[in-house]
Amino acid sequence: MAILIFKIALILILFLISLGVAAYATYGERKVAAFMQDRIGPDRAGPFGILQPIADGTKMFMKEEIIPNVSDKLLFILGPCIFMVTSLMTSAVIPWGTAMEFGGVKYAMQVADINIGILYVFGVVSLGVYGIMIGGWASNNKFALLGAVRASSQMISYELAMGMSLIAVIMMSGSLSLTDIVTSQGDGKLWGFIPVSGLNWNIFYQPMGFIIFLICAFAECNRTPFDLPECDTELIGGFHTEYSSMKLGLYLFAEYINMFISGAIISCLYFGGYNFPGLSYLSTVLNPNIVALLSFGALFAKAIFFVFFFMWIRWTIPRFRYDQLMKLGWQILLPLSIINVLLTGGILTFFNK
Amino acid sequence: MIQLTSRSKVVVDKKMSFKEKLYLPAIAKGMAITFMHMFKKAATLRYPEIKREFAPVYRGMHVLKRDEEGRENCTACGLCAVACPAEAIIIDGAERQKGEEHLYREEKYAAKYEINMLRCIFCGLCEEACPKDAIYLTDRIVESSYTRNSFIFGKDLLVEKMDDRIDISKRKKEYHID
Repeated sequence: MAILIFKIALILILFLISLGVAAYATYGERKVAAFMQDRIGPDRAGPFGILQPIADGTKMFMKEEIIPNVSDKLLFILGPCIFMVTSLMTSAVIPWGTAMEFGGVKYAMQVADINIGILYVFGVVSLGVYGIMIGGWASNNKFALLGAVRASSQMISYELAMGMSLIAVIMMSGSLSLTDIVTSQGDGKLWGFIPVSGLNWNIFYQPMGFIIFLICAFAECNRTPFDLPECDTELIGGFHTEYSSMKLGLYLFAEYINMFISGAIISCLYFGGYNFPGLSYLSTVLNPNIVALLSFGALFAKAIFFVFFFMWIRWTIPRFRYDQLMKLGWQILLPLSIINVLLTGGILTFFNK
Repeated sequence: MIQLTSRSKVVVDKKMSFKEKLYLPAIAKGMAITFMHMFKKAATLRYPEIKREFAPVYRGMHVLKRDEEGRENCTACGLCAVACPAEAIIIDGAERQKGEEHLYREEKYAAKYEINMLRCIFCGLCEEACPKDAIYLTDRIVESSYTRNSFIFGKDLLVEKMDDRIDISKRKKEYHID
């Protein structure tokens, strides 16, 4: 019973955090864009404009809801729902921190510790493309359809390289569970000899895999330089051309939730998740609940950094052409990730055992 | 060909080297540039509170000047209308009557002086043509309106009021008109 209450509370908190982060990511995006272009950005709503997301959200809700006459109404409404639900579902398997302790019982800061966690993430993320595809198709609009087609083909192309780069990480940890992948980065010395506890991160073993994964994450989130499904200049918004009001809001919102979640997953896979140097020492002297919150803070900070990184890239690099996108995915990233798997396998076989 | 700037770069369609093909160093360089811009001073002015100052040579709404005694300078010679490339100025001259010496400086004055602000291109040729120091372009902005007729400005809008004289000394100094 207690565990049920804890899990429900955790789900609610994660839900609220995801929504809150997404809301403030829209504000952050505009601020980052402004700073990088020597502007000020939104600063009228509240001090430094921190109430801007509320103004934006209110605007989204107050707008007229338009469903095109020729659209498939059920699918038209279903599209943004699927996209939002899948982006929120992904956070279920992420280990957000070390275990909490109430009344002598330990509670893992994770909604569901399933032993195929990373496969679950991939399954749900690939479901997300249905939201885009259904939405774009149901709009009955050429541009929306083009955007949807681009989104689906791009997702399929990049999911392959993403999975391959991930195999190397799974080979190192020997498990598909995200908890195991994170804990395996918490102990042991870096490269076998640098004695900093909690810094045995996969990024130091898998730099190439990390870069491949990062590029694929950009493509999966439909972010610049891979934002071809919704490129404003060519497709007037792509798959969400026909959407208005909160349905458009859900699409835009889900994109930011996706960014946050993929930031958290990248941190879990390559940057040690909730581990930080000194965590093992702190857990011996401090209350486990405080340690859990600290570790959650560490993961949160890493995820937020990646959200910033996503924005940073967006305001630096121009968009790919479609053939360049396909060429990069199939001819460069996929072979590179296979080579990475082979290298990792060879090194694990000859040096570790 | 003359080199116009020192920053122009000759583009060569050569084969890229391996380092260039990696793209990542170039991306890192670009990201460093955008990151540096985060700490630069914003070029924005918070508009309603702070207004950007006009250049001294800014050419906005016209003014018909009066002299120190409050007499209109314009003598309706029509040179401004002739000079106007947009044909925006219409003048009707009239003779000064006895007892009007305090209103008009010369024996002839403009009974009607109209500028069509929709035709005007704010080139300032009227100002250059004027031999009597009568018309100047100022840093005031022609206000927007819903009807075309309201953009035909007559003497009531163009001639400066005695209690609200328009300062054009800065513009005179900048242009050396006299």
